[in-house]
Amino acid sequence: MVVDRSDPTSALTVTDAAPGVAGLQGEFARLGRRGRAALFGRALLGSKAFLVGAVIVVWWIFDAIFWRLFVPYEPTAVDPGATLAGPSRSHLFGTDDLGRDVFSRVLAGATSVLTVAPAATALGIAGGITVGLVTGYYRGIVDNVLMRLVDAALAFPLIIIAVLVLSVLGQSTWNVVVVIGIVFTPLVARTVRSAVLAEREHEYVAAAKLRGESGLYIMFAEILPNISGPIAVEATVRLGYAIFTAATLSFLGLGLQPPSPDWGLSVASGLAFLQIAPWMVLFPALALATLVVAVNLVADGLKQVVEE
Amino acid sequence: MRRFLLTRLALTIVTLVLVSILVFGVAEVLPGDVGRTILGPFASNEQVARLNHELGVDRPLLVRYVDWISGFVRGDWGESALLNVPVRPLVLDRLANSLILGAFALVLIVPFSIFMGVIAALKYGRATDRVISVTGLSLIALPEFVAGVLLLVVFAVKLGWFPVSSSVPSANPVDIFRQLLLPSIPLMLVLFGYISRMARAGTVEVLQSDYTRTAMLKGLPRRTVIWRHVLRNSLLPTISVVSVQIGYLVGGLVVVEKLFNYPGVGKLVLDSAIGHDLPVLEATVLMIAVLYMVSNLVADLLYGILNPRVRFAR
Repeated sequence: MVVDRSDPTSALTVTDAAPGVAGLQGEFARLGRRGRAALFGRALLGSKAFLVGAVIVVWWIFDAIFWRLFVPYEPTAVDPGATLAGPSRSHLFGTDDLGRDVFSRVLAGATSVLTVAPAATALGIAGGITVGLVTGYYRGIVDNVLMRLVDAALAFPLIIIAVLVLSVLGQSTWNVVVVIGIVFTPLVARTVRSAVLAEREHEYVAAAKLRGESGLYIMFAEILPNISGPIAVEATVRLGYAIFTAATLSFLGLGLQPPSPDWGLSVASGLAFLQIAPWMVLFPALALATLVVAVNLVADGLKQVVEE
Repeated sequence: MRRFLLTRLALTIVTLVLVSILVFGVAEVLPGDVGRTILGPFASNEQVARLNHELGVDRPLLVRYVDWISGFVRGDWGESALLNVPVRPLVLDRLANSLILGAFALVLIVPFSIFMGVIAALKYGRATDRVISVTGLSLIALPEFVAGVLLLVVFAVKLGWFPVSSSVPSANPVDIFRQLLLPSIPLMLVLFGYISRMARAGTVEVLQSDYTRTAMLKGLPRRTVIWRHVLRNSLLPTISVVSVQIGYLVGGLVVVEKLFNYPGVGKLVLDSAIGHDLPVLEATVLMIAVLYMVSNLVADLLYGILNPRVRFAR
């Protein structure tokens, strides 16, 4: 949420900003931000869908970091004597074709997707912010050309691009992060650009220009903090898509490689045993389902609060 | 209207040329020695060079691009580097299979999603609306392979109602449902999320408009207002959403066709990408782009026909 700039007093404080008042003005902005943050938090906690989603996401993040503390077996430990065993007391979710404990693998499998997806999102957001700020602030020919390129890129299903690029670059975790990040960049840039277009007409931008600030300073120090709301929403929405995409690419065999306990990969390798050992695919699939749905609930809760 | 159409057509062609350059560029410029991939790590450098020469991949890039694109336009799509069959019949055949699967999913889910979206809008802010919206939202997030695997475990393995891997159905309606229902459900779940959401948003907006209020206030029955005034306007944007979803659908097909082992264009993309079968890969991806562009164009046309504001705009 941004400060209401149609408010005459806030417009006054900005346009009248003399060097000596700058400190005071910063104080005002900080207070305002803290007040807004409190309002924000209260509105978020009021949404049941958001709360449920947040609890599940926090659980999986906790698990992704500390799974070593509560896995009953080593996730990659092979046991030739107990292959494809159904769920039992010693193996809660059964064992896979190599006798590995599915329960332990599901717990350990959160790490890879919760590393790849946030990293890819961060990359896409950083790239998108830069491109969006530059195109939205400077407009002109750069803007036109870049936005046409974005349109052409959007004409393509993300998965097809990823398959194309990963098959050429080779499969590695890092490549998955880069591909998703690069594909996200124009999408994020579009959102950022439209936010910048609305923002650049405000008086505080004109004031900064009159002060003789550089374009770089205005973009990153003046405009960027004021569009943090839409960017936060975009980031959570993208994170959901990143998890979706990273898991799908693992499933397609273009992401992590065996013996990683990654969920998408586990589902793919369990497919061959679908008829005799359905638990091999069932539990990683369910784990992934809870994570993606939870992230989306959080994203939607955030979006509603920011938009209101 | 004519000007609108001509602009759209020109834009489509420009985008297609851009896409073809992009596809060709990604596939041919990025590292990956075609001859080496086909012959494996034990072939000598001379053998690799000879094969590359036979395949024509040692010529300058621009020459290869012009050669490829002009051949493509004339209908000469070359030969598969892996399967040694002509590319065109292979790709068109797989494309037809995928169209069957995609059309099946669309025909079943579009009317249902629109219906649910409109219901949610009419019950705006109430429990029904929340349930439909949150369900749709959660379904969008669910990767197709997760939904597909859960369906397989329940309906193919436990209950045995459907085959574990699907093939192209015969004309028999029972067979169509038996082969296509399971693989199309994961696609439908995602589509439901998007389409119902758009239908809801469009309807909510129109319900709050002045002309709807006027219609209500002049005493028209609610049913008449909804059919005559609301739906006519609110469902227009949904047309464009459905056409945009064609692009998504193709991506979803890659996953679903792998999962259900269905011989469609998505599986072809995946197989040819992993096998570095460039002629097949390029032709398939370009055809997907063509299909997507054409469906967008048709949607624009339909939108223009149904919306007088576009039809008479200059």
